[in-house]
Amino acid sequence: MMQAQPLRAWLVRYGMLIALAALLLVNVLVTPNFLQMQTLFVNISQVATIAIVAIGMTLVIATGGIDLSVGAVMALAGAIAPLVFTSAFGIANPTLGLLAAIVLPLLVAMACGLFNGLMISVLRVQPIIATLILFISGRGIAQVLTNGNLQTFSNPAFSYLGTGRVLGLPFQGWLALALALLAFWLVTRTIHGRHLLALGGNERAAELSGVPVRRVKIGVYMICAFLAGIAGLIVVAINSASDAARNGNLMELDAIAAAVVGGALLQGGRAPVFGALIGAVIIQLVKYTLLANGIEDEVALIAKAAIIVAAVALQQGRRE
Amino acid sequence: MAPLLSMQGIDKAFAGSVALDKAALIVGAGEVHGLIGQNGAGKSTLIKILTGVYERDAGEVTFEGQSLRVASPREAQARGLSTIYQELTLVPLRSVTENVTMGYEPRSRFGLIDWPKAHRRTREILTGFGIDIDVRTPLGEHSTAIQQLVAIARAVSLEARLVIMDEPTSSLDEREVSVLFSVVERLRANGTSVLYVSHFLDELFRICDRVTVMRDGGDVADHAIVDTRKSALIADMLGRDIDEVESTGMTELGGGTASVGELVFEAKGVATNRRLRHLDIAVRRGEIVGLGGLLGSGRTEAARAVFGADELSSGSLHFMDQAAPPKTPADAIAAGIGFLTEDRKAEGIVPDMSVRENLTLALLPALTRNGRIRRREERELVDRFIRSLGIKASHRDQPIRELSGGNQQKVLLARWLAIHPKLLILDEPTRGVDVGAKFEIQSIIREHVESGVGVLLISSEFEELVEGADHIVVMQDGVSVSRMSNPGITEERLVSAIAHSVQVSE
Amino acid sequence: MDERSFDLRALLHGNGQSIGVWLALVGLILFGVLRYENFGGAYNIASFLNYNAMFILIAVGMCLVIITGGIDLSVGSVAAFSSVCAAYLSPYGLQVALPGGVLAGMALGAVNAFIIIVLRVPPFIATLATLLGAKGGSLVLSGAETIAVDWSSNFTRLGMGKAFDLVPWSILIVLVVVVIAWVVLERTSLGRTLLAIGGGEEASRLMGLKVGRAKAFAYLFSGGCAGLAGVFLASGFGAGQPLEGVGWELSAIASVVVGGTLLTGGLGSITATVAGALLLGLVFNILNFENGRGTISLSAYWQQVIRGGFLFFVILLQMRVARRRMDREAPT
Repeated sequence: MMQAQPLRAWLVRYGMLIALAALLLVNVLVTPNFLQMQTLFVNISQVATIAIVAIGMTLVIATGGIDLSVGAVMALAGAIAPLVFTSAFGIANPTLGLLAAIVLPLLVAMACGLFNGLMISVLRVQPIIATLILFISGRGIAQVLTNGNLQTFSNPAFSYLGTGRVLGLPFQGWLALALALLAFWLVTRTIHGRHLLALGGNERAAELSGVPVRRVKIGVYMICAFLAGIAGLIVVAINSASDAARNGNLMELDAIAAAVVGGALLQGGRAPVFGALIGAVIIQLVKYTLLANGIEDEVALIAKAAIIVAAVALQQGRRE
Repeated sequence: MAPLLSMQGIDKAFAGSVALDKAALIVGAGEVHGLIGQNGAGKSTLIKILTGVYERDAGEVTFEGQSLRVASPREAQARGLSTIYQELTLVPLRSVTENVTMGYEPRSRFGLIDWPKAHRRTREILTGFGIDIDVRTPLGEHSTAIQQLVAIARAVSLEARLVIMDEPTSSLDEREVSVLFSVVERLRANGTSVLYVSHFLDELFRICDRVTVMRDGGDVADHAIVDTRKSALIADMLGRDIDEVESTGMTELGGGTASVGELVFEAKGVATNRRLRHLDIAVRRGEIVGLGGLLGSGRTEAARAVFGADELSSGSLHFMDQAAPPKTPADAIAAGIGFLTEDRKAEGIVPDMSVRENLTLALLPALTRNGRIRRREERELVDRFIRSLGIKASHRDQPIRELSGGNQQKVLLARWLAIHPKLLILDEPTRGVDVGAKFEIQSIIREHVESGVGVLLISSEFEELVEGADHIVVMQDGVSVSRMSNPGITEERLVSAIAHSVQVSE
Repeated sequence: MDERSFDLRALLHGNGQSIGVWLALVGLILFGVLRYENFGGAYNIASFLNYNAMFILIAVGMCLVIITGGIDLSVGSVAAFSSVCAAYLSPYGLQVALPGGVLAGMALGAVNAFIIIVLRVPPFIATLATLLGAKGGSLVLSGAETIAVDWSSNFTRLGMGKAFDLVPWSILIVLVVVVIAWVVLERTSLGRTLLAIGGGEEASRLMGLKVGRAKAFAYLFSGGCAGLAGVFLASGFGAGQPLEGVGWELSAIASVVVGGTLLTGGLGSITATVAGALLLGLVFNILNFENGRGTISLSAYWQQVIRGGFLFFVILLQMRVARRRMDREAPT
């Protein structure tokens, strides 16, 4: 095995942070009003949802799998919540209704994760195909539930999820951070995390060493779906409206991109949780930089594509 | 006359560990040349450099009078080198015909593949090997022996100047080996040279003209076969004196003085869905029971059944202090059974994890409280094993893929020793390991057997079984067919029991 | 067994396990013919095939890529991109716009091939990136608007006209492409190399096969098919559409999987993939008819759900067949 050339190795280790620093620098110099509180607020607001989903996606990718259904799960969770607290029950019991409006969608999300997990671990279906099923039908189910209608509502308690502030910064940003810390602790300090990484690193070796492969896989897909559910609720909270057709659209691509840029290896075996956060921030910053400087959204797409390729190509070199 | 092939001063290193150190090899035209050495001596690496899979770090290669530096297997084939690798490197999903003719399919008028002709030609070639099968079926549906013969058929049909055969008989019975030898004779008569690598030393004396011995990455001897004898070759391979070999043996597995204790487990008529058909075997504390047999005879399947990795379809498996036999590896580990697998790259190491994490992988439940891993205990345990097994790593957190084969194997062995096993199942424990580490691993195994661990040992290095095992069970096609006990086992007896030519239907 | 005899079984299944898809296809056709009045009529058949021509093309391209063990997620965006290119080229007539669109697709396929083979980026990520890049490219090229084609040229004859006033051009062209793909896969060394790569890339390399070249072909071909589909898109709907193509790759993957091709590669059949694409299209056709009868009222959303459920059952079936096949194989 050839040693990675020193420059490449250095690039890989610090590349992410360098890119982040570079992006920040460019913005400070070029973008008007960048160093304002408002800008920070907007960016955190937008990046939090991607980051939360990316954490779950990182864990799934760490097992060597992938979850294409996250966007659909977001839409589904986001569609159920307003239905609950605008129902007769919800109006009659506001606090219970609110609780149910959060718990129920998350339970449904976990059920989706369970479905994915069972397909993949018990039926041995390839992750890309297994999660494809919900990708295709999940959003449809959400739209059936809402009859394709946009549901608007006014529920300040619920909206706190997306518009609330803690210490002047968006609630969802703190939530994303907390979830990242929890995931990090799980991966680095617990037996479950060790099992996860072993499974992704060499599934056969892990199985023969007593790792409960099925349980770990099912668990990881359930966690990913759970996090997607949270993200879906946040989006609905931000807009005070649930649009099942657009909630979480293309989110799977963003989440995968963030995870990969953050250092996750598609073959599995690595779960860089904070990398996912940074990856999400980088992608968000690129989008914002282009937008704020008057460049069209479309170019941002191309830029995103190039970043993903560069990030993975560099990491492939490390893996060789 | 100038030699057909000359390799001189070949160096090759992988990520810090040296595989070849000034290795040399000379093969004449129309010559059958044996290449032998223990596991880890560098034979496979040398061959892969010759055939373009690896690139050499230094040295010269001359083939047919011209300098040879091939960058790919395709180039090597084009230059007249054809290879049968040790691992079956064909495509099981594709048909037998495709595997034999891939890249060289016969064409019809419009330049398109003429399948009927391809099938016909393949059938002819295989009939010449004594094989009668439907060549249109996927290769993977046939036995390992057939697959190996198909690989040989392909290599031979490519009309090369030098055919390299790496362990070509590892899954063949006596009749099939004779067929192979007649093919080799034909090649020699044609002026084609053959480079022949085999564990079965007796084969060399039947078929080779010369033999080169490798050890620790270099060549140490090059004899005409008539000028040497088996014990001399073994001494060369091990780097020991002939007399020493004959008095103390070739391995560190022998010389057990432990008293054999109670039964650890007993299997009667065990079968699984993975081609294990009938297994009768028992292991007691303090003894080594060997499993012998050809490649594809079901030894690994037997190990997996005992470990609970495969589900039993019939028969009984009785562990002395358990109510029920293990249904999963986790059960087995909890019951004190360890399983060191054959292929550490595919089933052993988690390459991105550290030495520490790999070592404690099977022991995790015992190191965990409330979900959290007790890191200080883990560190102490790992340090202890690094010391006692002599694992050469720069730090316990070094990624395991950076270690040499021998050290990786020690880490894996430690993984299983850490669970305080009552039964250790070892599948080729010294494969791909340098001679020094090999002896160390063998000593460690003997040590633990002396302290009461029962061992089920699978090894294709006969001396390990002959010297180390108290009993050997020979397997054939998924069935345990015979049993022999020490003292009284010799390599001749073992080899003849293994290659016993009972024609078994597919 | 007479190896010279024409092997109908082999023609139908090719290499995959696909009796199921043919049965399902025949079954659905019978169901439709019996139940709905105009189902078997020339109009329905022609418009059905015309519409699904694009999807069949993309599925065929995808089949070759999946056979090598890879995947091409960019086909939808490539088709959209090519439709925009073709629309711009439409004033110069079909003779320029058609090759133009196909070449645009192949160029993007070449980008995929480069990233996958030279940069060693896994196909999933590489084609995901191209998906985004091509989408961005389409929007930039078109100024984020649909581009009307030049109706005065012969361009729209492709998507809306008929050859010999009988068979829509699109169907003829698709047929030609399918035949070419079939011949390449079954009767050329290149095709067998694709299958070998999917069955064992390392082994293929050691056998001396030209792995890099074969893979490049697969991605170029897939890009070309997507490009051609884009030309159909522009020609059939009268406009280049930068935002179309979303989800097309998934339909293609579903068609390929339904047709019995292994997602891990090494086993696959062009004819069965076509059957799979037809089957998926038929499910929708039938749903539309059913809606028309008024017996059920399925919103578009239910259709998505049904699509997902359908894929689910097909996968279950495939898994059972695949499991039985694995059990038959020899031990190590």
